[in-house]
Parts: sequence; structure tokens; C-alpha cells
Amino acid sequence: MKNNNINLEKFTSVLDLNKEQVKTRSQSLLDFNKKGFPSKKIEDWKFNDLNNIISSKIPNLKFFNSLIIKKKDKYEIIKSISKDLLENNYIISSNGIIIDVALNYEDKKKFEIVREPNFLNTNLNSSLDSLNRALYLDYIKLVIKENYKFSKPIIYINYTSSDIESTVLNQRFDIVMEKNSCMSILDFNLNKSNKNFYNINNKFLLHEGSVLKNYKIDINENSNLFYSKTEIDLYKNSMSENFILSKGSQFSKNEIECNLKENYSSAFVNGIVALDGLKQHEIKTKINHSSEHTKSYQLVKCSLKDQSKATYQGKIYVDSVAQKTNGYQLSKAILLNDGTEFNGKPELEIYADDVKCSHGSSSGNLDENKIFYLMTRGVSKNQAKKILIDGFFLEVIEKVTDSGVKEIIKDLMKIK
Amino acid sequence: MREKEIDKLKEYKYGFTTDIENIKSPKGLTKKTIEFISKIKNEPEWMLNWRMKAFERLQKMKEPNWQKPKYPKIDYQDLYYYSAPKTAKDKPKSLDEVDPKLIETYKKLGIPLDEQKRLSGIAVDAVFDSVSVATTFKDKLNEVGVIFCSISEAIQKHPELVKKYLGSVIPINDHYFATLNSAVFTDGSFVYIPEGVRCPMELSTYFRINASQTGQFERTLIIADKNSYVSYLEGCTAPMRDENQLHAANVELVALEGAEIKYSTVQNWYPGDEDGKGGIYNFVTKRGLCKEKNSKISWTQVETGSAITWKYPSCILKGDNSVGEFYSIAITNNHQKADTGTKMIHLGKNTKSKIISKGISAGFADNTYRGLVDIFPKAKNAQNYTQCDSLLMGNKCGAHTIPYIKNKNSDSNIAHEATTSKISEDQLFYCQQRGLNSEEAVSLIVNGFCKEVLQQLPMEFAVEAQKLVGISLEGSVG
Repeated sequence: MKNNNINLEKFTSVLDLNKEQVKTRSQSLLDFNKKGFPSKKIEDWKFNDLNNIISSKIPNLKFFNSLIIKKKDKYEIIKSISKDLLENNYIISSNGIIIDVALNYEDKKKFEIVREPNFLNTNLNSSLDSLNRALYLDYIKLVIKENYKFSKPIIYINYTSSDIESTVLNQRFDIVMEKNSCMSILDFNLNKSNKNFYNINNKFLLHEGSVLKNYKIDINENSNLFYSKTEIDLYKNSMSENFILSKGSQFSKNEIECNLKENYSSAFVNGIVALDGLKQHEIKTKINHSSEHTKSYQLVKCSLKDQSKATYQGKIYVDSVAQKTNGYQLSKAILLNDGTEFNGKPELEIYADDVKCSHGSSSGNLDENKIFYLMTRGVSKNQAKKILIDGFFLEVIEKVTDSGVKEIIKDLMKIK
Repeated sequence: MREKEIDKLKEYKYGFTTDIENIKSPKGLTKKTIEFISKIKNEPEWMLNWRMKAFERLQKMKEPNWQKPKYPKIDYQDLYYYSAPKTAKDKPKSLDEVDPKLIETYKKLGIPLDEQKRLSGIAVDAVFDSVSVATTFKDKLNEVGVIFCSISEAIQKHPELVKKYLGSVIPINDHYFATLNSAVFTDGSFVYIPEGVRCPMELSTYFRINASQTGQFERTLIIADKNSYVSYLEGCTAPMRDENQLHAANVELVALEGAEIKYSTVQNWYPGDEDGKGGIYNFVTKRGLCKEKNSKISWTQVETGSAITWKYPSCILKGDNSVGEFYSIAITNNHQKADTGTKMIHLGKNTKSKIISKGISAGFADNTYRGLVDIFPKAKNAQNYTQCDSLLMGNKCGAHTIPYIKNKNSDSNIAHEATTSKISEDQLFYCQQRGLNSEEAVSLIVNGFCKEVLQQLPMEFAVEAQKLVGISLEGSVG
């Protein structure tokens, strides 16, 4: 795919960039132009060839669309969001540009919102990361002050309007959790648009004793392609909980990289992938254990219908100094009919001997005996299947520790 | 100086070389070399053409580089592609005529080519360097119609079988090393089990790399006709050398309707010294095809030697109801590296596969399990069970598990599990309390860890393998 037609000039004028910014952006752009969209030649994209997917789904991809900066009526957007969600703190971004930050339930002195693009350092170097750094539309960094615990979760609404089509939308969002702070954030994708490529980069920094819970929800049917990369650095005693609900987009790939840098830090990644039609979704995780007594836990469950395809690539890396590591990884998939496909690559790379690491992966169909049992109790076959799949997913949902968010997720998935 | 040498020999039991004058092909990988090999083996034209086709293909190929253990670039033009003991020109008719030095070598290796072996009921097709020197138990095998000979002999005597099956599992345009082998293979074993025959004894080949700077390119082809059964053993030791030696063998198995092939390997080639200098590169392609229904192929391997082991014995389960099995122990110590595992390709209905892999690393070693389970849309009711466990000793070594799972069929069932751990202090303490020293205790525990795989080996091998497991880990604890 040719991407040489991208020029920064339009961005420069619209986003009002200074010289320094133009310079760093054009460097990143150069890197992206050199590499292009990742194809299956790159090991990480072996199962889903993005270059191929983009050329077939979005033949006339635009890197700039003047419609994105058109002023959006905030209330129009808010109207389309359910009330339950808005009874929390919220941030609304429309087509990649943040239009409202309403953290109304919190002490204003206890957090800080940074809009100047002072990115947290990352070691990202894939072509999509370069693309993001070159063409990001907006940036927000939240700094949560010491010893502060958010009373309500933040709902981060990613809204795209129906007039946007065949466009690349890049966004960057960072969080710094200072010592002993605590927060939940729920990323909610609300897509009215069609056939766009959404590229989101996140970096979370968790200082000593802090807790960050991140929930990514993609449930509305849409024809967009979605890519999100989250890098999380964890220091002493900190804890990061991640939950991914991957359902609505045509293509989606969620990448989570957790760096357990100091003792007693822990990371949790749980995911649900529920697909139908021709959807292709992937969850990719990498947990780097680089200190003693660190812990990680991953659980990913998939159910596949029609011609859909799910992929899970999970990697646990244990450095030679990371003794007493505890790493666990489990992926399960239900293939409901022929034509579906599940690919798994649960990987362990271990250099320390005093560790407990294990992974498991299974895939197959629903148990006929269970269906039969339910049918003998007067439940129809389709209902029986639904009960079994709901039960299958419930195990993952129960792992969500924020009770408010857990209810929201249950409501969204219509699981009681 | 002398003492040092003796010490070195002590470290590696089989580290000795026999002085036998070698006939070597011209150095380097050229058309001439291939013509030389083909000529010296008196091969028919179709065979030469086949080799040339592979050679042409090779020119366009690149060496793969995705593997975990990296190695210095091999200069293929600096290798000898053929070397044979002098006695090969004039093949001995009986054991008495065999070069006594050879016999001595085999005795040192513990391969009794004589009466003792007959009592244990194993026919040995011993490969010394690149040419089969002596083949025993022919008569007994002839009686039931089993063909067990060197592949060069098979090309002369059974061209129709070789033509039909050679390259049918590993095509000549497969990956780099397989293609290299197709171009320059020197010798190997050929086995054909006729319809309905249960091979009366376990067939075995001992490989031994002897001449310095010689890549060994063995080619083994085993065909089990309808409803037959064969168990094949392969064991390896290599003398001590400082240069890295390349070993790129191809092994092809074909199982027809209802046939079963059991292929067991004990590999104990020179792993290099304690600083990781020298040692064999073991880049072997092994692949079995369950061609027709109800067939079964089972791979068992105990890999304790080689500087780098890089191989994936695979099963293509094409026939309905066919079964593939893979049992593996890979032990790496000092600076050894292993990247091994299997591929199970499910194409037919009701196919089943089972993978049990045990990796043990100690010292500075790296041990990787890399496997693929691929279930195709038409493989209804396919089943796979995979278990890969790793054991680590010390924090300078690594254990890695990289399984690829592809499921395209909703009626299939795949289960995979893997664990990594160390030998628990409690177990060690218990054993030591009962009067075992720490090394004996480790050997005992590791043998227990590997038991599921060791059980799969034929009796004679199992004993040897158990000893090997202990020897390989000597000095890794305490």
C-alpha cells in the first residue's frame, strides 16, 4: 500500500503546530513511510495481515479529513450516550479530538490535566506507533496526585460521527498515577462512522502502591478497523487491571504491554472476544517480569460465529533476576459453527529458575451433553446455547473488581 | 598437555576419532560436487537430475533466521559434501572383511555388530560417516520381505519405490536445509515394510560423524505398506572436534492404510566444550505422512547432545482416523541451545494427535519448544492434546514455549498446557535425606519428570536414555 501521499501541511495549519512539533512529527512520518502498514511478514501480525485488511476494506484511505475539525455539538453526542454512563466522570472525544472533560465528582486539586503534548516516554517503535506520533490529532494526560482515590470511574467516550469515512484517526492518551493513588477508567467506543482506521496509543505510569483499572469496551456494531496499544509501567506494589470487551468493530487488535519493573507489582489482563459475521479480532499481550515477586494473570475467552476469526497472542517474559515470579495465562475459545477460526500463540520466555509459570489454551465446540441437559429442562436449543455462552463469559466478567463497572458491562452484554 | 587431553576425553565419553583414510569430494557446493557424489555412488540419471533440480532451487533460497539460537554464518563453500571410509569402494561381504578399526569404533560406542546383537534381536545398518558399511540380519528380514538397506542400494535395486516416495513428504523445494540435503545427500537408510507384515525386530541405525569438516547429509526413507508395523531406532554419538559441524538430515516416513511407524531417536552428539566452543549443528528435517486412513506415526526423541538442535519432527495427518504422536525430551546444559518441537497438521476426519514435550535446561543453555497444531476446515472431530513442561536449573539458562494453535474446525477439540518450574527444594531434601547425593537426587527427579517420554522408548533405548539424562546434567547442581 502506498502512503507517500501524506503531507503534514494540512495538519500544521489545522492543529496550529509549532516548528519543534512539525520536526518531530515529520521524523515519525518518515519512519512510517519507510515501513508502511504491518503485514504478515512481521511475526506480531502473522495471523492478521493489517496491510492486506486495510487495502481490501478501505481502498481509498485518507490520512487527513477536513471534516474531523468541524465543530461538533457536544449535546448532540451526549444525547446518544446512555444516562447510566454519564452518571460518572467523563471525557468525550469526537473523531479523535477531545471536546469535553468533566471530572465533576472529584476534588479538583487532586488531579491535573495536561494538554501540551509532553508524551510519557515509551519504547514503541512499530510503524503504527510512528504513524500515531506523526499524525495524532489530540493529546491528553491525566496526573492523579498522591494518596487520592477517585470516587467514580472515568468514562472515556470515543465518539466518531457518521460523516467521517475512510480516514485514519490517531489519538494519544497518557495517565500518571502518583504514589498510592487509585482510579478506574472505562474506554467506550461509540462509532457512528464507517470504514475508518482508528489508531490509539496509551501509556500508563503506575508509581508505588497505585492502582489503575482500565476497561476497554467495543460493543457497538461498526465497520471501522481499530488498533489500540497500551504500555503500562508498574513500580513497587502497584497493580494494573485490564479488561477488554472486543465485539463491535470489523477489525480490532488490542495490544497490552505490562512492564513489571519493581517488586510485588502485579498485572491482570482479562478479555472477552465475541464475534460474528466476518469480523477479525485479536488480543495481544506481553508481560515483562523484570523484578522479584511479581505476578501476572491473564484470562481470555472467545466465542465465534459465522465466518469470524479470533486470535490471542500472549507472552510472558521472565528476566533472570525476576525470581519468585508467578505468571498464569489461559485462553479458551468456542467455535460455534464451521467457517470460524481461532488462532492462539501463548508464549513463555523464561530466564529465571524459581518461578511458577503456566499457560493453557483450549478450543472446541459447546458440550452437546450440556445442551441436551438444558433442553430436557424445557429450554430451546438456541436459548440453551446462549445460557452456556453467557456462563462461559461470566467467569471473565466476575474478574472485574470495580463493582460499578461490572454492572455496566453486564448490562451492555445483557448478561444477568 | 597430555593430561589435559585425557581430561577432555573423560568429559565426553564418545569423544574419540578413528584414523581412517577418507575419500573426500571437492570442497564447496557446486554442480561438480553433486556430479561427483552422484558418480561415485553410481547413480542413475534420474537421481542426478533430481539432485540438480534441488540444487537449482537452492540457489534462489535464503537460510531461515527466525530460530531462537543464533549461530555464526556457515560457509557452504568451505565444507566437504562427501567423505567415505576407504573400504566402501570394495564393500565387505561379511563382518570379517570389515575394517577392524571400524569394528573397534563400534565396540567403543557400545554397538555390538556381532553375536550379542543377534541375541538382542536388532538389525543394525551402521552408518560410518556417509556410507553404510555393514548391514546385518538381512536374511531374517528378507524372509518376511522387509527391505532394509542403505538408500544408495535402494536407488539401484528398488528405483520404483524410491522414485515414488522420495520427496513425497519433504518436497525438494521445501526449506533451505531440506533442499540442501536433497541436492547433496550422501547416504542413509531405506526401509520398506510390505503389506500386512509386522517387522519381526526393531530396526536401528547408528550415525556417527567422523571426518573433520564434513557436513553429514543423511537421507532416510521409511515406507510402511498397508497394515504393517515397524519400529525404527536411531542413535547418535559424534567424536570431539573443535569446528562446528553441520548435520542436515532429512527423514521421511510414509504410512499407508492401517500402518504404524514408530521412530525413536537418542541424540548424543558432541555438544561443544564447557565454554560453548565447537559442537554439532543439528538441523534435521523429519516429517511423517499418514497418507491413508487408520495409519499412525509416533516420534520419540531424547535430545541431549549437539551445540544447536533445531528440528521439528512433524506429522501430516491426511488419512481419516490417523494418529500422530510426539514425545520429546530435550536436555541442554552449558552453552547448548535447542529449538525443537513438532507440527501436527490435521487434514483428515477424526484425526488425533498428542504432544508431550519435556525441556530441561541448566548452565547457560537455552531450550525452546516451538510447535504448531493446525486443524483444517475439513478435519472434522480432530483432537489434539499438548503438554509441554520445562524445568530450569539456575538463573543463567532459559526455557521458552512458543506454541502456535490454529483451529479452523468447530467440531475439533484442542487442549494445550504448559508449565515451567524448578526442582523443588523439598524433593531434593527428601532424596538427600535418604542417602542420595545431590547429583543422584537430581538425576532421579529429572528421570521422573521425563518418565512419560522415556516409557515410549523401546527397552534397549530406554536404559541408555535414562543413563544419558543423568550424565547430561552432571555438574549442573551445587
